[in-house]
Amino acid sequence: MSDSSEGPLKAEISFTVNGGPKRVRVYPMERLLDVLRLNLKLTGTKEGCGEGECGSCSVLMDGALVNSCLVPVLQAAGTSIVTIEGLAAGEKLHVLQEAFLACGGAQCGICTPGMILASFHLLNRKPQPTTEEIREGLSGNLCRCTGYSQILESVTEAAFRTTKAPA
Amino acid sequence: MTTERIIGNSVPRKEGRDKVTGRSQYVDDMVLPNMLFGATVRSQIPRGRIKGITYGPGIAWEEFVIVSAKDIPGKNCIALIGDDQPCLASELVNHPEEPILLLAHPDRHVLYKAVESVAIEYDPSPAIFTIEESERRSEVIWGEDNVFKTCLIEKGELEGVWGKADYIVEGEYSTGAQEQLYIENNGMIAVFDAAQGVTVWGSLQCPYYIHKALMALCNLPAEKVRVVQMETGGAFGGKEEYPSMIAGHAALLAMKSGRPVKIIYDRLEDMAATTKRHPSRTRHRTAVSRDGKILGGEIDFTIDGGAYLTLSPVVLSRGVIHAGGPYYWPSVRIRGKAVATNAPPHGAFRGFGAPQSLFAMERHMNRIAQAAGLSPVEIRRRNFLQPGQATTTEQVVRESINLGRLLDRALEVSDYHSKKQRFANSNHNGSTRKGMGIAVFLHGAGFTGSGERYLSSVVGVEGCADGSVRVRVSSTEFGQGTKTVLSQIAAEALGLPYENVCIAQPDTLEVPNSGPTVASRTVMVVGKLVQSAALGIAQTLISSNLLRERYSADEFRIACKNYVAEHGQFISWSRYEAPDGIFWDDQKYRGEAYATFAWAIYIAEVSVDLATYGVSVDDFVALQEVGKVLHPLLARGQIIGGVAQGIGFSLYEKVVWQNGRMQNGQMTNYIMPTSSDLPPIRVFFEELGNVYGAYGAKGIGELPMDGPAPAIINAVEDALGVRFDFVPLLPEDIMDALEKDGLQKDPIAASSARNTVGSAGGVR
Repeated sequence: MSDSSEGPLKAEISFTVNGGPKRVRVYPMERLLDVLRLNLKLTGTKEGCGEGECGSCSVLMDGALVNSCLVPVLQAAGTSIVTIEGLAAGEKLHVLQEAFLACGGAQCGICTPGMILASFHLLNRKPQPTTEEIREGLSGNLCRCTGYSQILESVTEAAFRTTKAPA
Repeated sequence: MTTERIIGNSVPRKEGRDKVTGRSQYVDDMVLPNMLFGATVRSQIPRGRIKGITYGPGIAWEEFVIVSAKDIPGKNCIALIGDDQPCLASELVNHPEEPILLLAHPDRHVLYKAVESVAIEYDPSPAIFTIEESERRSEVIWGEDNVFKTCLIEKGELEGVWGKADYIVEGEYSTGAQEQLYIENNGMIAVFDAAQGVTVWGSLQCPYYIHKALMALCNLPAEKVRVVQMETGGAFGGKEEYPSMIAGHAALLAMKSGRPVKIIYDRLEDMAATTKRHPSRTRHRTAVSRDGKILGGEIDFTIDGGAYLTLSPVVLSRGVIHAGGPYYWPSVRIRGKAVATNAPPHGAFRGFGAPQSLFAMERHMNRIAQAAGLSPVEIRRRNFLQPGQATTTEQVVRESINLGRLLDRALEVSDYHSKKQRFANSNHNGSTRKGMGIAVFLHGAGFTGSGERYLSSVVGVEGCADGSVRVRVSSTEFGQGTKTVLSQIAAEALGLPYENVCIAQPDTLEVPNSGPTVASRTVMVVGKLVQSAALGIAQTLISSNLLRERYSADEFRIACKNYVAEHGQFISWSRYEAPDGIFWDDQKYRGEAYATFAWAIYIAEVSVDLATYGVSVDDFVALQEVGKVLHPLLARGQIIGGVAQGIGFSLYEKVVWQNGRMQNGQMTNYIMPTSSDLPPIRVFFEELGNVYGAYGAKGIGELPMDGPAPAIINAVEDALGVRFDFVPLLPEDIMDALEKDGLQKDPIAASSARNTVGSAGGVR
């Protein structure tokens, strides 16, 4: 499909990504996932199933956890998006990233960006979740490598390190 | 040298930081200028002759690059063990989803419609879809008899045992196909130019399998084929052989178009078209003495290989060698057979035949226990292989394994006996039934039989110009921690800090053929070679008088720099040599099947809900002896992840087939465990030490796939008193079994009747 009078029209869409303003010219029904990966070169967001089951493409949209494969980019206009690239402060890793490294929460790494964002979202709502709450909170994000235990431990560790850290 | 040991410590994984920050480059993250996107037109029927191809209206076909079998410069096959599998079907199709045509276009959005618009006219032939249909030979679809391979293990004199037996116990067991379900779908990018040849980057396990396949397909010499592994988002065997097909397709499109071509499967295509675990059927007939000792037996192990040979012969080998479990068989006859059906070829998946035959063995042990009036624990204890005894292939157990002691520990940490008692008392009331199940098993590390000898793997360890050390192997990282553990081994061997060792990205221009990353061989076999190649670096520096026998990391770095400055590239190579006294007879299936085995006892605690018939695993103990654990965090991660896949294999993951095509190829309807489905998986290691592998390591990756299915189904039997001899076991299966026989109200009482019917051999 070329950008011609015969096909659908591209539109200008503005939103905030990882704290910075972004403007893209895209088809309104393109998936947010593709716009992030192809237009903005933020390839940390992964596609696993393309139908909202696996959670690999999870990003935060105005603080809500969404599957970016199910979000038409039109719907993201004016919102604030956070992807895995927005979590670390420069070279300083986010406490969840540190905990995933320390506890073996990442194996092949393909679910990891989505899993970390889902964990981030969970800890925002429940800073001290129980293991059962973590199991429930991450049940929309599939991991085939870990059997989840070391992911649960990573989230628990991150919660612990966060409360322990000096204010 | 550093005094603190690196082996046995959970050092940070080499590529960990890139993975948690999203910087790791997987194949779909790579974009080349002027790149086309490729797609595959596949057969819609299971078997038949292609009569014609029509390119439908409404598509600007002149914009597409189209490749058919006629465009293949070399041989139209995916070279592996055999060469029967075409890269593109030209006249005949033998399974649904068989590739026929390739399309490429600069806009990936138009590809889907184009693929749909190609109409292929067929002259269909009758097709076969099950082991039984294949055995009947009403249609011969492969060779002369539909049989890819048979093998036979014979030990002792079997004929006399039936007369001596107090019990003869028979059973038939089956396992279903299972999708590997790596979260990253398959993908490849290829480029071609006449001078450099073909280069592919992709998601893959075995760079040199692809290298070999592309040489034959593209008719190119070795130096004009380059294969590079990108970060790979899970594999589990699913990216062992099929990536050669996708690499071939991308290469053909790149050769015809002169442009880079990217092929990325979507989930539906990946599930429907690529390999799965072989479905299996195992029949046991066992002679047992009054005191519960196995006197001898016959085992028939048959797997469905799908439409082409691919890896079925070696899956079969591993299956038959593991079929007798960790038990002593004075006499046994094990027949194995891999048969053809008109399904996409089944392939490598963690465990590689062993989960199938061990499921049968460990279910059958419970049946033997019932016949002999012994508990599941006691029947196993009485038949464990002991050091000095020989396996079914006459391999003498030389290590000091004590399965009885492992069993004691597993019973204790799982609280087996008191829970079993408690459940027996409480199972008459309420709406759930609880049970405990055991599986004891072994898993051979490395290639089967003479496999390692044939592979003749090579690794390199390089002293670099900056004084650091670089490991060059074709072993790939896809989650297990290959890069980390092989770097640990090199650092330990050289007495250097772990940080001073890096590892080359697998790229056939840069790394030698260290064999495929399969068969739980990487740490044990390749690791051992890395250890010896690393020592070669130090020895060279010492014998060149650049380094003293004892040295610091700084001294090493300076010596290494000086050596490279003087002599140029500095690589120490190490090639596999079979240990002395290892004998294997490929014809008779006799001898040292594996350099060593890992051993394990798994115990599952389950609840069955009598309202929903759902089974939940409430606790899982995984105790194993895997030699020296080189990296505790990664090792534990391997075990937990494998058990989780095993729980999926047991209770969730059912491939629904219709005419050879998977009907539920989506994550919505092919169900794998989520974080809320799994129990705590409690991992315990015993470390015997193994003189063979690097620093005493054995293989670990596949082992945890073998035990969960029998442990869980044994636990369901304990809970309900009803026998199920297949996996996956879904709630509807339990409902059918309980309701059909009116057992629902009192499953325990009714179960004894069922058992009598079930044991065809009966009690003599």
